[in-house]
This record gives sequence, structure tokens and C-alpha cells, in this order.
Amino acid sequence: MTSSRGMIVLKRLAQAIPTLFGVIVVTFILTRALPGDPAAYFAGPAATPESIAQVRAALGLDKPLAAQFLRYVQDLATGDLGQSISTGQTVLSDIVTRLPASLELTLSALALSVAIAVPLGILAATRQGTFIDHLCRVVVTAGVSLPVFFTGLALVYVFYYQLGLAPAPIGRLDFAYISPPPVTGFFVIDALLAGDAETAGAAFGQLVLPAVTLAIFTLAPLARMTRAAMLQVLGSDFIRTARAAGLSRRQVLFSYAFRNALLPVITTFGMVFSFALGANVLVEKVFAWPGIGSYAVEALVVSDYAAVQGFVLVMAILFVVVNLLIDLSYTLIDPRVGFDG
Amino acid sequence: MDGTPQTSAPAPRASGGIGRHMLYVLRANPMTLLAFVLLTLFLVAAVLGPAIVPHDPLATNAVNALKPPSLSHWFGTDDLGRDVFSRVVVASRLDLAIALSAVALSFAAGSVLGSLAGFYGGWTDRIVSRVLDTLMAFPLFVLAMGIVAALGNSVGNIVLATAIVNLPFYARLSRTEVNIRREAGFVQAARLSGHSDISVLATQIFPNALPPMMVQISLNLGWAILNAAGLSFIGLGVRPPTPEWGIMVAEGARFIVSGEWWLALFPGAALMLAVFTFNMLGDGLRDIVDPRQRS
Repeated sequence: MTSSRGMIVLKRLAQAIPTLFGVIVVTFILTRALPGDPAAYFAGPAATPESIAQVRAALGLDKPLAAQFLRYVQDLATGDLGQSISTGQTVLSDIVTRLPASLELTLSALALSVAIAVPLGILAATRQGTFIDHLCRVVVTAGVSLPVFFTGLALVYVFYYQLGLAPAPIGRLDFAYISPPPVTGFFVIDALLAGDAETAGAAFGQLVLPAVTLAIFTLAPLARMTRAAMLQVLGSDFIRTARAAGLSRRQVLFSYAFRNALLPVITTFGMVFSFALGANVLVEKVFAWPGIGSYAVEALVVSDYAAVQGFVLVMAILFVVVNLLIDLSYTLIDPRVGFDG
Repeated sequence: MDGTPQTSAPAPRASGGIGRHMLYVLRANPMTLLAFVLLTLFLVAAVLGPAIVPHDPLATNAVNALKPPSLSHWFGTDDLGRDVFSRVVVASRLDLAIALSAVALSFAAGSVLGSLAGFYGGWTDRIVSRVLDTLMAFPLFVLAMGIVAALGNSVGNIVLATAIVNLPFYARLSRTEVNIRREAGFVQAARLSGHSDISVLATQIFPNALPPMMVQISLNLGWAILNAAGLSFIGLGVRPPTPEWGIMVAEGARFIVSGEWWLALFPGAALMLAVFTFNMLGDGLRDIVDPRQRS
């Protein structure tokens, strides 16, 4: 039970393996569930029975399912996600080029969302029944009901068409600018690193609306959970003791209450990350953002299955890794946490 | 049912209590009342929609294209001159049908899987839980996209994909609810009176899991509507010219940058209102079912 922190981390890492295996099994099933004969599909429209048989042998589709799965895992291990028929590149290289755009959008949206939701939740919990509490309630209710693509379009209409404050929703950077030399893959940071303040500003301008859209969507569950967790902790005995002992309000609130309320908030953050990865697809479509979400949408439209399945797999792996990081961060925040069962 | 002897004397008083409690909750929480009114409105639109709308939702009229809202076209007309109001009203049937059938499917399959896992434990539980964990390891919307891509682009597969990604919520809930009652006194009594395992599970234990499941259904319906509309927004499932909220917003999106806001606003607002209705209803139901969780 009382294993060292290193053991806890190792144990949690080991727990991720069956999940990862399950994810690979599901994506394998999805690739084999294609409508009709996959060999006929990959052989193209002008295929003869012989060429279909050739493709079938080349893809290993004539072997038993277990052997096909083994081959699928081997391909994955070497980073082979197949060929995209719409771009002509390998799916892996397509995704690697487009992933930074998605990460830039998702991470800045989540940062914005946490920066608003957590203080809002704390204020609502400490000032129950006041204006800020009602504001929190309205934000939470509206946030879960708003379709993310609808929020995005509304923001475009108001801030681009009506007020002219935002640039046109045409991706990461206006055509007038040249992409900054890639270092991190994040345009704003790369432009700043290159000392090009004008490009950085333009890239930032493009980023604001999609990031705000995604942030509005992810705000609600975080604010709701922060408020609930803070209310619960503030009602507990050790807070009363800390107050009675004469600790300052600030000390009680932050080093006692907030630290204990942090665990459920971080758990919710994992769920919110899953929502954000899904909503990202819709936001990227609205703002023509060239990330992996819009890549998958374009691939879906032309039935480019390898690309879609590659996208699903990458998203799932990303989510497994995030959950792993979140669980590991528990041990840093709360030394009492172990991973049993 | 012969195995439920407790529904004799106190029943009328108990139902009166529930009725009074519902009245109390509705009065204390006007949002729930509003949600009931909106739900009725949506159901009327879904059932009578095509019969009561002022224009044919598919009739194009090039002369009348892209007109802003007016007295004859309350929500304006789209790029083909079709009446947006009629399309929004008629679309409610398809949107609600997709969400309802998806939720019904995942409720049925999730209840069976979760109940069996919670009742028998052991390997059944381990296998079911492992499958659920694997489904939950995917970002749900992304998994739904993958399923629709794999099974084929049709409305039926949108329903199926939405049902599959929602399945874990029902299965987990019914598993917990069944598991905590597995050894309860009334279950042992039913066993002793000669009920088989399945009969105990179906008539004695599972009905107790229904109230929290109802809350889950209501909260889930809103999410199912959003999910299905999101899928059709990116071009899956419903094909034009079929009126459906998600695809109407997608078609209207092209005109936002040129200022024709009504094409996307009204279907989007209908979508938002429907989701809002089911969320409010879920919160209200939770207050009635479990007063301790009131916020």
C-alpha cells in the first residue's frame, strides 16, 4: 500500500498499457468495418479481379484476423498509419504537420478557460447568493447548451462583420504574412522568437476568436466543479479549525481550501480535455483552421478512410497521455493519493 | 407483479407526496416549469410540424432568395428562397428522432450490460468494465466520427454512433445501482420466494435504478442532440436538402461573413433551445428524484 512515489508512477504507467491496447483494438475494428470490400476500395475504381486480389494479398487481408491485427500493430509500431488518398502523403506526415495548429488552438483555449473558470468558481463559492454566484450559474447553464459551432459563427458575425475588430476567419495567418520559421509550431511564439512582432500580432488576432469559442464551451464544467468542490471543502471541519486558529482569510482560502478542492477540478479537466478535442473539429471547420480536425473533416468528405482512422487513433492516444499526466499530477498535489486496483 | 407486495396501503399517500413534492419543486424552480413548456412546444413542432408550417420547407424560389426576416417569412429566406421558419420547425422532428432513438438504444443496451456486470460481478464485470473503459478512452465526438466513417455515412449510423459513445454512462450508472442492491434484504426475500436470477434482476433490482437513469436520460438527450447536429454540421449523416438544424447552420455559415445572419441564427437558436430544455429538465428531474443534490 505505502509504496514510494516512484513505484506509484510506474504502477500508473503500467495501467495505461491495457487502455492503449484497447484503443488499438477499437481502431483496428474500425478499419476492418469499412463498408464493402476494403481491398476493392483500395484497388481503386478501375480495378480488375486480379488487381483486387493483388491488393488483398499486399494488405494482408487474405490472412486470418489475428494475423491482420498483428500486422496492424507492427505497422503502428513503425509509425505507418497508411497513405492518405486525398493529399498523397503518408497519414503520419500529414498529421505531424497539422498537429501544432490544433495544439496551439486547444491549449490556448484551455488556458483561457481555466483562467476564467477557476476564479469564477472560487468567487461563486465564497460569495454564495451574490451577483457573482448568479453570474456563475448563468455561465454554467448557457455554456453547456451552446453548440460550439454556433458560438463560433455568432462571434464571427459580431466581431468580424459588425464591428470589424477581428480578422476574417481564414485560418492561422492572413495571406499577407509569411509563416514564421518553425521552432515550436505555435505561430505566435515562433514569430516572437523570430523577433517579428507584426506577424505575431496578426497570428494572435487570428487565434483570439477560435480560442474564445472553444473556451466558452469548456468553461462551464470547470466553473461548476470548482464551485461545488470549494463549497464542500469550505464546509469541512479542518477549515473551521483553521479559521478558529486565527489564520488569515487568504491563507485559509488558498493553502487550505483550494489545495483540497483541486483534485476534483483536475479530474474534471481530464473530461473537459476530451470535450475540447471533439469540439476542436467543429471550431476548426468554422474558422478554416488548418489543424488535424479540419484534416479529418476533409478526409471524411472524400471517404479517405486511412486519414480518418489515423486521426481517431492520434486523438485517442493524445487523450490517454493527458489522462496519464493528470493522474500523475495527483501525486504531486496530494501525497495521499495512490493508484490501487 | 406477484413479487411486489409493498404496493398496497401506503401507495396513494406516497404518490400524493410525490405529486406535492413535484408541485413544490416546480414552484420553487420556475426554470423546470419553463423547460416543460418548451418541451411541449418542441413535441408539438415535431409531431405536427409539416402540417402547420406556412410554406413548403423544400420549395425553392430564386426571386425571393436571401430575404431578411419579414412578416411573410418570419425567419427570412435562404440562398434558394426557401422559408427558414418552415425549415426550422420541420427539422425538429428529425433532430428529436435522432436523439431519442440514440438515447433509447444506449439506455437499453447500457442497462442490460451494466446490470449484468453489477449483478454477477467477477469475469462478467471485468470484461464489461474493460470494454467501457476503452470506449471512454476516446474523445467521444472523435469516436463518433470514426464510427460513422467506418460504418458508412447515413442517418442510421449517426444514431448508432451516438448510441455507442453514450453507452458507458448508462452502463456505469446501472452497474453501480444494481451492485449496491445485490445483497439487499428485499432481494434475498425474492430469491427465497423462488425467483430466478434474471427475474430478481429485472423485477426487483432494476426498477430501483430507474430514477437516476431517468435523470441521466434527460441530461443525455441534450448532449445527443448536440452530438448529432455536430456530426451533420461537418457533413455526416443528413444530406441536403433535408431540413436539419446542424446542416442548416453549416449551410448558413457561408453567409455569415457577408452579413446574412438569419440563415444560421434561427436553426442554431432552435438547437440551443432544445439542448437547454433537456438540460433544465434533467436538473429539475434530479431535484425531484434526489432532493439532496439540489444546487
